[in-house]
Amino acid sequence: MNAKQKVLVAMSGGVDSSVAALLLKEQGYDVIGAHMKLWDYVDVGADIYKDGRCCTIDSITDCRIVCDSIDAPFYVLNMSKEFKATVIDDFVSEYHKGRTPNPCVRCNSDVKWNEFLHKAEKLGCDYIATGHYAIIEQSSSGRWHIRKGIDDTRDQSYVLWGVTQQALSKTLMPLGNLLKSEVREIAHKHKLRTADKPESREICFVADNNYRRFLRDWEEKHGSESVPGQIVHENGEVMGEHNGIAHFTVGQRKGLGITHPTPLYVQRVEVDTHRVIVGDNDSL
Amino acid sequence: MHEEIVKEMLPYFCEHYGNPSSIHKIGRVAHNAIHNARKKIASLINAEPEEILLTSGGTESNNAALYGIAYSKKGNHIITSSIEHEAILEPCKQLEKEGFKITYLSVDNQGLVNPDDVKKNISYDTCLVSIMFANNEVGTIQPIEKISKICRQKQVAFHSDAVQAIGKTLIDVKKLNTDLLSISGHKIYGPKGIGALFIRQGVKIAPLFYGGSHEKKRRPGTENVAGAVGLAQALEIASQRMEQDHKKLSELADYFIDKVDSAITDVAFNGSREKRIPQTVNLSFIGIEGESILLSLDLEGIACSSGSACTSGSTEPSHVMTAMGKPKIEAQGAIRFSLGRSTTLEQLDYVVEKLIPIIERLRSLSPVYEKG
Repeated sequence: MNAKQKVLVAMSGGVDSSVAALLLKEQGYDVIGAHMKLWDYVDVGADIYKDGRCCTIDSITDCRIVCDSIDAPFYVLNMSKEFKATVIDDFVSEYHKGRTPNPCVRCNSDVKWNEFLHKAEKLGCDYIATGHYAIIEQSSSGRWHIRKGIDDTRDQSYVLWGVTQQALSKTLMPLGNLLKSEVREIAHKHKLRTADKPESREICFVADNNYRRFLRDWEEKHGSESVPGQIVHENGEVMGEHNGIAHFTVGQRKGLGITHPTPLYVQRVEVDTHRVIVGDNDSL
Repeated sequence: MHEEIVKEMLPYFCEHYGNPSSIHKIGRVAHNAIHNARKKIASLINAEPEEILLTSGGTESNNAALYGIAYSKKGNHIITSSIEHEAILEPCKQLEKEGFKITYLSVDNQGLVNPDDVKKNISYDTCLVSIMFANNEVGTIQPIEKISKICRQKQVAFHSDAVQAIGKTLIDVKKLNTDLLSISGHKIYGPKGIGALFIRQGVKIAPLFYGGSHEKKRRPGTENVAGAVGLAQALEIASQRMEQDHKKLSELADYFIDKVDSAITDVAFNGSREKRIPQTVNLSFIGIEGESILLSLDLEGIACSSGSACTSGSTEPSHVMTAMGKPKIEAQGAIRFSLGRSTTLEQLDYVVEKLIPIIERLRSLSPVYEKG
C-alpha cells in the first residue's frame, strides 16, 4: 500500500515552482505537477510571440519538461471560466467604479486557494504546493500563520492574506526557508530547464502591462460598462470629454486628450457624476 | 503500431530511399512500393487503384473532399451532420465565411442521422453531402448505404469520413455507392501522418494546394513511401482480422459495460448498442465532470479520453454529446474507453476496480450529484 502523501504542485513554468516540485519529490512526496490555464490570448490580447509568461504554450512546455525530468505526472487544468468570473470581471468592474483593483489577491483567495484546492481533492491529493517565498506554520493554539520568507527581497506573504485557515492547513511552501539565489542554484545543480528563466512581474493576464489597452480590448469583446462624461478642471472649467472613467488613474498625465499650455494631472475620478477632475498638482 | 507494419516500412527509410517520381532504378523501386500500396488499399475497399489519393491523414483527406467539391463550382450548398469531427466542421465553418451555405443535420439520442432528413434538405444548389461513417466519440455507425442511395438519385456527390470505421467494419465503396471516402492509418495500428482519399472515377475535385504533378496533379508533393506502405499493410491486417476482432471486442465491450453497470450506479451508455463499432465504449458517470475522472484514471495507469483528443482540455461538454441531446449533468461526465487488440479481461477488471473508489470520491465532492 502506498503510504506516500500526494501533493498537487501549482506550476507556472518559472524556476520557483519548478524547484518547489523538485524539493517535494526529494522529500518523499508523491508529486503531481499542474499548470492552471487561466486565460486565452484570444481574450486578453497582447502579442503571443513576445510574451513568455504563464498560460502560454512555452510556459506549459517548460512545466512538462521539468516534470518529466523529476518523473512526475503533469496536467494542464483549464480554469479559465472560474478565473474570468472571479478575477477578470472583478478587475474590469473595479476600474469602472473608479477604483484600482488588486487581481492577484483575488486570484489567490478565489482561484488558487479555492478552485485549485478542489481540483487537488478530486485527484485524491493530501496537499497543494506553490513556489511562493513564504512560510506556513501552525502555532501552539492550532491556528495557521503565514510568515515572511527568509529572502527579504522576495517576500510574497502579503498577497496571501486572503487565504483561509482550512486552505492553509493543506498547503506546502517549500521555498520559504530559501534565498532566491539558493533556489536558482538548486535548479542549476539539477539542470532544470527553467534555471535561468527571468521572473514575471505585474498582472499575469495583462501581458504588456498596458491595462488601458486591456480594458479597451476586453470591452470590445465583452461589451462595455463605460459611461462617457466630462473632463473638468478643479477650477470648474470643462476641458473636454472622455469615454469612461475606468481609463483614467490618479496622477495620470498622458492620454487625457486635452491641449493645455501647462501639464495637467488627473486629481480624482467621480463615479457618480462620471467626471474626471484634472489640475496642476503633480504630487499625488 | 503493429511491429509487423514497422518492419514492412523500414526498408523505405534507408535502403529503398528513392523518390518515386525519379526515372532511375532507385526511384523505380520506390515507385513500385507506392503502386503496390495503392493497389492493396484499393482492393480492401473494393475500389480501383487510380481511385486512391494518398494524403497526410484524415484531416487532409476531409479538407480535400470538402474544398475539392466546393471549389468545383457545382453548387453553393453542403449538407453535413452536427456530430462530425472538427476536420469536417472547421472547413465547413470556413466555407460559410466564404459564402457557402451549410446545413448541419441533427441526430437522435443515439447519434444517428435520419436519411429522410438528408432527402428533405437536398436542393438544386446542393453540391455535396458529407456524413461520417462511424462517430469517433460514441462509435455509432450511420446508415451510409441509405444516405448514399439518396445522393446518387439526386445526383449529389456523397463523401464519408471513415477514419474511425475503416478496418473495423466492412466498407465496400462500390456496394455503398460512395463518391468520396476519407481514411487514415493511425486508428488501425498504422503510422500517423498518412491517409488516403477514395475518389470514384469520374468525380473531379479541385486540388487543395499546388506544385508538382503527383497524383495526377490532384495532390502535389513527394510521396510518403514508407507511410503508404505502412497504411496498406495496416489495412490488410485489419481486414484479415476483422471478423475475429469484431467478435472478441464485442464480447469484451459487453463484459465491461455489464461489469461497470453492476458495480457503479447512475451510469448512462452513450450511443447505440447495436449500430456501433464495438471497441468504442462511451459511458457517462452522472454528476461529475470528465477531467477529474480522466486524470484520476491516468494516475492509476489507465488512459482514456473524453470528447476527442483534439478537444480535450475544454470543460464544455463535447459537441457530439450536445447534438445527441444529452443533459449537461450527463454530458460532462462522459468518458470514452477505447478497447483494442491487446485488451484483456484482466485489464478490464482492473479498470473497474480502480473506477469504483474514484467515482465514489468525486461524487462525494460534487455539488450537483444526489444519490438516487
